[in-house]
Amino acid sequence: MMSSANAFFKGAGSLLTGLGVTIKAFFQPVVTSQYPRQLLKISPRFRGHTKLLASTESPDKNGCIACGICARNCPSGSIKNVEGEKREGEKKKTATTYLLDYTTCSQCGICVESCPSDCLVFSADFNLVGVKREDFHFDLVQEFEKRKQVS
Amino acid sequence: MEFIFNIIGREAAMMIFGLVGVLAFVVVNALILTWAERKVAGHMQLRIGPKEVGPYGLIQPLADALKLLGKEILTPRNVERPLYFLAPIIVFIPVLVSFVVIPFDAALQVKDINVGILVILAFSSLSVLSILFAGWGSNNKYALIGAIRSIAQNIAYEIPLLLSLLPIVMMTNSLSLKTIVEAQGNIWFVCYQPLAFLIYFTAAVAETNRTPFDLPEAESELVAGYHTEYSGMRFALFFLAEYTNIFIVSAVATTFFLGGYQGPFLPGILWFLIKSYALVFVIMWLRWTYPRVRFDQLLNFSWKVLIPLTFINLLITGGLLKL
Repeated sequence: MMSSANAFFKGAGSLLTGLGVTIKAFFQPVVTSQYPRQLLKISPRFRGHTKLLASTESPDKNGCIACGICARNCPSGSIKNVEGEKREGEKKKTATTYLLDYTTCSQCGICVESCPSDCLVFSADFNLVGVKREDFHFDLVQEFEKRKQVS
Repeated sequence: MEFIFNIIGREAAMMIFGLVGVLAFVVVNALILTWAERKVAGHMQLRIGPKEVGPYGLIQPLADALKLLGKEILTPRNVERPLYFLAPIIVFIPVLVSFVVIPFDAALQVKDINVGILVILAFSSLSVLSILFAGWGSNNKYALIGAIRSIAQNIAYEIPLLLSLLPIVMMTNSLSLKTIVEAQGNIWFVCYQPLAFLIYFTAAVAETNRTPFDLPEAESELVAGYHTEYSGMRFALFFLAEYTNIFIVSAVATTFFLGGYQGPFLPGILWFLIKSYALVFVIMWLRWTYPRVRFDQLLNFSWKVLIPLTFINLLITGGLLKL
């Protein structure tokens, strides 16, 4: 008799505990993010396509010195046409074209690691779309210029 | 207004206005409750529920209703035709009749019948019949299993439902809902009869086939139970009846235990709706907290726990009244 009464009160208590859990959740802020309206902060380790950073000397131009080490080290041969010109009063070259074929890139990061001027990083662009293969052949120099204009 | 009264008589005119008002209320109530249910479910699971259609997703139920209206009404092969067609209509009648006697406010009641609660209880047992029709007529094993479960459950829980209301009837010497509300001028009956309130509420959740007693339409076992084979507007009628039933059991609980339309400052109708919808919220809260009970637990709980408890409660109430 005693044990069944005990079980009864324990059971009733557990029912109330359950109600407490849900009502607490009811008044808590939601944890979901409303995706198209609201984006989560993307982790710095995220690997999108690579992008060029600005040069440490002047923020107006890209930091790529067109050395071509990344193109030579790329295991998939996705980087082509890394060319640059030497501008007036500067010691190093500045890239004018840098073609990345993103369709064959496997985001291994060897180009990022091997860049001597540390101007190549992964971007956080995760929602790229295209209807043909050529949509993913990027010229990173042009992409850099476009980003500069936007900001 | 006077003109209409003169033509068909005051009584008949009141009935017609009442019916139109009740129909409007039933539809609006169902629309609001479907929206509220999804919002409550969302927030209890730390998400926000519908939000795209209209501000806070308020137009969502209208969009759903339009979709249901636009659907083809399918009739599966080999259904028991008269039963299959009658079921969604019969499920709706008790719902409409119950509204006739519920006092929304001191003056806002279609008709104050002196056996009001009997009318509600008698007609609400009709919904068992419609579930049986739907399950038997659908020619579908899931529908049949759902219907069998539903009947066993509804019969088992109708008894404690009725017996838990009896002490109140004994205390007020009346079956009229209005008299019962007016008897609670000072103290709500929930203070005198907390056990009866708990039993009534439990039985009411079971009567409306809501989780944790939703075995008749257990979606994880029986697809949708007795309304598996219904689509389009026929399904919508079942849905409408279900949500209206939730409101009715809450309204009866408000009338019997929580003082009905009585309360300070605010007008009576507001008090009535606030109390009723608070109870509806509790029913939703229960749904998103508890898992479904097993079938033997369900029946044991009614026959072995609730019914003896209601009898004890009834005896004690009777004894105390005699003193």
